[in-house]
Amino acid sequence: MSTRQNIVDISQAEQGTSLWHDAWLRLRRNKLAVLGLVVLVLFVAIALLTPWIAPYSYQAQDLELGASPPSAAHWLGTDIFGRDLLTQIMYGGRISLAVGFVATSVALLIGVTWGAIAGYVGGRTDAVMMRLVDILYALPFMIFIVLLSVVFGRNMLLLFLAIGAVEWLTMARIMRGQVQSLRQQEFVEAAISLGLPPSTLIRRHVVPNALGPIIVYTTLTIPNVMLLEAFLSFLGLGIQPPQTSWGLLISYGAETMEEYPWLLIFPGLALALTLFSLNFLGDGLRDALDVRGAKD
Amino acid sequence: MALLDVQNLEVSFVTRNGTNKAVDGISFSVDTGKITAIIGESGSGKSVACYSLLGLVPQPPGRIDGGRALFEGRDLLQMDEHQLREIRGRDIAMIFQDPMTCLNPYMTIGKQLMEPLLYHRKVAREAARERALELLEEVGIRDPAATIDNFPHQFSGGMRQRVMIAMALINEPKLLIADEPTTALDVTIQAQILKLIAELQHKRDIGVIFISHDLAVVADIADTIVVMKQGQIVETGDREGIFHNARDPYTKKLLAAIPTDSKAPLPGQPEPLIKVRKLCTWFAQGHGKEPVKAVNDVSFDIHRGEVLGLVGESGSGKSTIGRSILRLVPVTSGEVNFDGTELTRLEGRELKTMRRRMQMIFQDPFASLNPRMTVYDTLAEPLLLHGIETRKSVAQGVLKLMDDVGLARAFVRKYPHEFSGGQRQRIAIGRALATRPEFVVADEPVSALDVTIQAQILDLMQALGREYGLTMLFVSHDLAVVRHLADRILVLYHGKIVEQGSGDDLFERPQEAYTRQLLQSIPGRSLLA
Repeated sequence: MSTRQNIVDISQAEQGTSLWHDAWLRLRRNKLAVLGLVVLVLFVAIALLTPWIAPYSYQAQDLELGASPPSAAHWLGTDIFGRDLLTQIMYGGRISLAVGFVATSVALLIGVTWGAIAGYVGGRTDAVMMRLVDILYALPFMIFIVLLSVVFGRNMLLLFLAIGAVEWLTMARIMRGQVQSLRQQEFVEAAISLGLPPSTLIRRHVVPNALGPIIVYTTLTIPNVMLLEAFLSFLGLGIQPPQTSWGLLISYGAETMEEYPWLLIFPGLALALTLFSLNFLGDGLRDALDVRGAKD
Repeated sequence: MALLDVQNLEVSFVTRNGTNKAVDGISFSVDTGKITAIIGESGSGKSVACYSLLGLVPQPPGRIDGGRALFEGRDLLQMDEHQLREIRGRDIAMIFQDPMTCLNPYMTIGKQLMEPLLYHRKVAREAARERALELLEEVGIRDPAATIDNFPHQFSGGMRQRVMIAMALINEPKLLIADEPTTALDVTIQAQILKLIAELQHKRDIGVIFISHDLAVVADIADTIVVMKQGQIVETGDREGIFHNARDPYTKKLLAAIPTDSKAPLPGQPEPLIKVRKLCTWFAQGHGKEPVKAVNDVSFDIHRGEVLGLVGESGSGKSTIGRSILRLVPVTSGEVNFDGTELTRLEGRELKTMRRRMQMIFQDPFASLNPRMTVYDTLAEPLLLHGIETRKSVAQGVLKLMDDVGLARAFVRKYPHEFSGGQRQRIAIGRALATRPEFVVADEPVSALDVTIQAQILDLMQALGREYGLTMLFVSHDLAVVRHLADRILVLYHGKIVEQGSGDDLFERPQEAYTRQLLQSIPGRSLLA
């Protein structure tokens, strides 16, 4: 083998931690997933910049105008109080996206860690940890929320907490199942015999191999959480006017659907676009992380 | 006229990456009352050829491109699904490698045996049961009347395979196709099943196609041997001809891959590296149940620089001994002394330091490599963990390991699924050697591999063993392989050592009844000796 060949080999070899790098390369080739990612980044950027780029102030209303269909002045029309719908959707998106991503991240972090530890350590630790999950599962969600709101009063943080506290339970169960079957695999045994500390072992050998179902469940959780928020807000337990969210806008729009359809269509479209993007991105991520499915 | 006459059979698979010819114009025949063995490595097309005869190759992606398969004068390849269904199971029956996956776990074996009679032949229930009992008796199930209503999991692997054979025979087939029927079984059970198949074939005067990857297995029973390679037949001959006058170089290679020699013991004064004393490893079975005594009061030494062979059947505790020494399973009691350090009570940092000095090579290279790590990551991990290489020099270290185990450097960024079994085992060996261990446990490192690959990997292990100055515990159920490789051999039975000695001692002068039984079970002894 020539020296030149050797140089090539080594420079190839020096690119470490290849899984995520390779996954990113594969994801980039998946057009739908990239589109989903672009839409999500765009939505998040708009949400962050809303106070500066919104066409009208959040409080601004034109009572004489009332509910008007889309026009040059109000691109998406106005609601019954004459407030600009685009502005409302932009401010609502701040809350919906925050609830969706923050609550899911909380659920992901707690759920994956909890499930991985329970599944990996096993025995009595596993039994105690999973019984706790069972107990929390058994708690009726509504009672839990009412309890929290009695203790802490109504605020955004409470909403994140409540939703996150419910969603991580399923995540933990999925993770535990995955880890339990992975723990029996010989490559985990091989890693133990190399002398790898348990934390590194879980992070490097167990979690990456359990990611598939976790990613799929995560992309299902985010929309779920957004809808939960809408449901809670609708019941008066979540976001309250004058604050708004996509869920609230949709529920108001649904009431006046026959007279002013745009009030339902546009917030619904915003939510639907987000959900589609999440699904495409989630599918793409799952495929990208599965090295066996790779065709190159 | 032959019972089955296959002429110029061609089968291909159409995939996204083009058409792949799995069977490329093969011709063979099976006579009534004879056993035809089809031998080949994985991917040689031996199973596809037989499955395509019965319409069991899914189309697409499979496609039969041509040829004829005359069964009693009628061409199987021209039949429609309905006609084939008539023939399958009635005139031509099959038995498969893994009897557990072929039996319905929720039905008693009696019901499963009676089903074809009740539905296809409309036999009365009483008569069907009577017939099932007869057959179970015939295939050597002890006390069939008491066991006919048991479920599959209540039988051992060998007994399940007997049940499968009974099921295959219940409709009085004229041709039996056996696809690696003994590969999943222990060597002594394998010998019994081979004997049973030969007896039944003789008694019932039926034709048998015996598919196997292992020439030695069919040495005692086959009348005709067909050797396949890459979809083509390279040689056909009778048993004597193949074993003593093989003409084709590939057949010769297969024969040469069957190890027959025995290694001479190490010269000089033995110096123990590892002392195992009164080792017990028991597995709890839940409250009130007797624990499984996988390893029960075992004592032995492993000398520096030697290869110690550990043989026994599945369940004899041979794998557990290796894992106990490496602290991969918790030891119940006893001592394992490694070069002056007591291993059984080590924890934390001290254990990690010792782990560097002893490594393991696993049986299944498809399970022992993390599917999401490239060769580079797999080999770099131990190098970095134990500070053998720095971040800067690790790439060099990885490539050096790849050279040592005979992997092309260009593969460094590939994932395990992109490799063949033999190549994957090379990666696994490279990982085990990365820490520069003094001691390696090899747990059936070649039993998942094709015969010729087995020989390559064994050669590699021997060469590396010398180069790295390794002491090795070689665990295997394959006595011929152990004899070829090991300086001394321990024979294990039910968690206890029954006999130990050099290869020649054990093979030429076995003392214990169990050792003799094991030796008699080695397939193909008569022809290979």
